[in-house]
Amino acid sequence: MYRYDHHDHQIIKERIAQFRDQVRRRLANELTEEEFLPLRLQNGLYFQRHAYMLRVAVPYGMLSSEQMRVFALIARKYDRGYGHFTTRQNIQYNWINLEDAPDILEHLSKVEMHAIQTSGNCMRNITSDEFAGVAADEVIDPRAYAEILRQWTTFHPEFAYLPRKFKIAINGSKEDRAAIAVHDIGLTVVHNEAGEVGFRVMVGGGMGRTPILGSVIREFLPWQHVMTYLEAILRIYNQYGRRDNKYKARIKILVKAIGADVFAKQVEEEWADIKDGPATLTEAELKRVASFFSTPDYENLPAQDATFEQQKEQNKAFANWVKRNVKPHKVAGYNAVVLSLKKPGVPPGDATAEQMDFIADLADKYSFGELRVTHEQNLVLADVKQSDLFAVWQDAKSHGLATPNIGLLTDMICCPGGDFCALANAKSIPIALDITDRFNDLDYLHDIGDIELNMSGCINACGHHHVGNIGILGVDKDGSEWYQVSIGGAQGNQAAIGKIIGPSFSAGQMPEVIERIIQVYLRERLENERFIDTTQRLGITPFKEFVYATPIKTTEHHGEDAGSVVSY
Amino acid sequence: MTDIIKDKAIVSDDWTVLRLTEEQTPDAVDVPAGKTIVPLQVWLLQRETLIKRDDISVWFNSDEQAKDLKDDIARFSLLAVNFPKFSDGRGYSIAFNLRSRFGFTGELRAIGDVLRDQLFYMQRVGFNAFAVRADKNIHDAIKGLTDFSEKYQTSWDEKNPLFRRAERTGAGV
Repeated sequence: MYRYDHHDHQIIKERIAQFRDQVRRRLANELTEEEFLPLRLQNGLYFQRHAYMLRVAVPYGMLSSEQMRVFALIARKYDRGYGHFTTRQNIQYNWINLEDAPDILEHLSKVEMHAIQTSGNCMRNITSDEFAGVAADEVIDPRAYAEILRQWTTFHPEFAYLPRKFKIAINGSKEDRAAIAVHDIGLTVVHNEAGEVGFRVMVGGGMGRTPILGSVIREFLPWQHVMTYLEAILRIYNQYGRRDNKYKARIKILVKAIGADVFAKQVEEEWADIKDGPATLTEAELKRVASFFSTPDYENLPAQDATFEQQKEQNKAFANWVKRNVKPHKVAGYNAVVLSLKKPGVPPGDATAEQMDFIADLADKYSFGELRVTHEQNLVLADVKQSDLFAVWQDAKSHGLATPNIGLLTDMICCPGGDFCALANAKSIPIALDITDRFNDLDYLHDIGDIELNMSGCINACGHHHVGNIGILGVDKDGSEWYQVSIGGAQGNQAAIGKIIGPSFSAGQMPEVIERIIQVYLRERLENERFIDTTQRLGITPFKEFVYATPIKTTEHHGEDAGSVVSY
Repeated sequence: MTDIIKDKAIVSDDWTVLRLTEEQTPDAVDVPAGKTIVPLQVWLLQRETLIKRDDISVWFNSDEQAKDLKDDIARFSLLAVNFPKFSDGRGYSIAFNLRSRFGFTGELRAIGDVLRDQLFYMQRVGFNAFAVRADKNIHDAIKGLTDFSEKYQTSWDEKNPLFRRAERTGAGV
């Protein structure tokens, strides 16, 4: 993976000094809270319900075992012994003291990490495919480009005070695992007919209050031009994006208002000025950065390991785990393993300090000391020998990391919600836990098969509810918490925005609502038809009819309201 | 006379910024005698009179564009860009365009809600003068110019990205 040189270290060092002084000036009241706000946000520091939340960048989701151990250290020393992995492949700590933040940054810098631009109206951490470099369906490894863009976006002087936040995702595989269609810029690394490498450029995707899928504004951008072309997009957006209404300030609104064709033309004009200038990427720089992502020393292994096959046959639980949590790898005899952070009873994406240390050990032992964070809030050991899978499974199981539910109903994407977040209209974690409780039968879950349930506690859509096969959105109605349900959303190559099935539900009704939706699917599905395909074939009507047909009973809740049946 | 930061030093300055009150209109407002920085709209609407004076300069508001001043840009030794709020980042692109697209070489001054923690970025996109907000300590603010000694990407101040300027090594070399 990428390693800092003295330039990177210098920049991070100066950043910490700058931020330490900003904190000092805030505490001395030389900076007002209003003035301090964008400064701390650009360093990933939010003020939440109980304390500050610090979001640390995991560039394009890759980290080393050494970095994971520092995450554990921070969780122990400065938080309450755990951290929360996010849909943007980052990690968040929820119980941070402002005064400690500069020291935490010092710890991070020692392992080449930071919290720069993880929040605020600027270019955010770039996200990518969690299986980049190892995916069996990968066309071009996107990581060198992601790192080059990380450097380009870091402290870009012109685009630090944009109308709104700006998210770039990059994918290099046939299947889009980076959700590029719901990003401000979604890049796909592709070959053109001549076999040259470049990008298909999508802009204007996004979720939030107005979910829109991005539009392709350039089918092929030769790789050399990626920074100048993005600079042109950002300059147009910085000048013309709306600033009068924060809900209409994302680039998607601008692209929609003037049309993707007109936007593309403006970008081309802007680009003409800077195209081929010194910001053009060089072959030498691409090669240098790519050298950090060279393939590790794989062994020459047979494609099928006989012992592994036998272990699968003899142990059904292991076979289930392999079926859901083990992914194909481009090198024979290797697989990628997804460690589930969706254990029943635990908030989705949470990991304890002890688990983090243990995961770091697993990475050292089985996967060249490297890890990935997925945007579904799980962790990945990307390079595991097939012959080690059984041992990895047993080890992972001993620390609650082997729930065989990847891609199943209980592998939910879920934002921190009203338990933590000051923006949220409603809680999300207790709902997730209630649903997980209801669907605790593994055979039933495996029978339901592939399904993505995404939940957000408010319209900001951190839980990606719009693109969930089932999407749940927390809403506020007269001061109480209600949940709106949509179905038919999808991420990836067939990205789609879900449709709302009808009036919203109380928290206690949610497990039954999900159960009824699933029953319609099980009744209507054709052979081997996935939930998403059934919903897209039938539309919402049969689901809607069944869900609202009879009164919906309420379930007892988790969390601080445990034991009650009233709404939250 | 007020203090401003210019070319990395604190200097006193005798320009006055003309800001219109709600009753005033750009076509009719009286431009006072003496060195005055007028709003772009005042310049455009009173150009015939103002062009005869040699003590006039122009400021852009954040919703205006460098291209609106067009061929007149080269006439001025000073141009200013207003930041109505420090979180309004349009002025950075206005400055960049004035410098790099329209070749403005005179003094480029940031006015309005100009605070210490913006100065580093502002100087990168082409500002060389800063009228720091009056209630802030200018001796504190000037420190913002030296927050960083290195930068990755190009802008007005740095024509080459780090990868073209520095010897950077790859993995295992």
